[in-house]
Amino acid sequence: MATEQKMHILVVDDNIIDRLIIERTLKVSSFEVTTVDSVMKALEFLNSTKTPRVDLIVTDYCMPEMNGYDFLKYVKKSEHLKEIPVVIISSDDEPNHNNRLIEEGAIDFLLKPLKRSEIYKQCDSSCSSSGDKTI
Amino acid sequence: MEYSRRQLNNIKANLFEQGYLDDQFHQIEELQDDASPNFLQEVVTLFFRDTTRLIDTTEQALKKSPQDFRRLDSIMHQFKGSSSSIGALRVKNECSIFRDHCNQGNIEGCLKSFQKVKKELAILRQKLEAYFKLLNQSESVAVKKADR
Repeated sequence: MATEQKMHILVVDDNIIDRLIIERTLKVSSFEVTTVDSVMKALEFLNSTKTPRVDLIVTDYCMPEMNGYDFLKYVKKSEHLKEIPVVIISSDDEPNHNNRLIEEGAIDFLLKPLKRSEIYKQCDSSCSSSGDKTI
Repeated sequence: MEYSRRQLNNIKANLFEQGYLDDQFHQIEELQDDASPNFLQEVVTLFFRDTTRLIDTTEQALKKSPQDFRRLDSIMHQFKGSSSSIGALRVKNECSIFRDHCNQGNIEGCLKSFQKVKKELAILRQKLEAYFKLLNQSESVAVKKADR
């Protein structure tokens, strides 16, 4: 019998407090979580052959060097990454940005501070799509 | 003096009633469990450490001439974000006002607003440090009683 694997979520946020809170929120619900503080580190992680499968990316929008929008575009253009669902999070609510993100392929845009119910809803729906992960 | 759970809850409730904290603080508190019983205090400690850095960064940025309002707004965006994430409502609101002044290119407004950000942060730090000190003392007493 195949062992059911935990859903693996990659969290990308340059804010240490947000990383800590999101990580804790996900871990108490038994998700496997990897956090990084920049898009560059996220890309290194995703492109590494040693990285286990990532089932969902949760990324902040506003980050130095490369922002969440450019990261989203990169992921959606990459043959081996484009199937990974991406959720964008931000503390600024700008409807124009939000629409652009959804058009570019993000599955949702969430406003910080994140509510637990919102994160769980995203993870639930991503898990239902993949079909073989436990929550 | 030994503080009961009810007294500690009253102290915490006052922080909400006076607008220092919002529901996000509760959300973080609810993430605590036996494996991470002090998660809230750890996050709050990290918040004050991070905002000390942001205060220094803002002060340096305010000294520059001509003013770089984009840079100031960017720093305050981080400040506001962190404040919002731990439920520091008054600090968050003052950060928003500062950003409004940045958008208007109003340096006098930024300077006045920054003083208010620092003041609200200092008050919140004092209140939360006092609260956690009492909470820790109370829990320490409870553990000693249980051990007897």
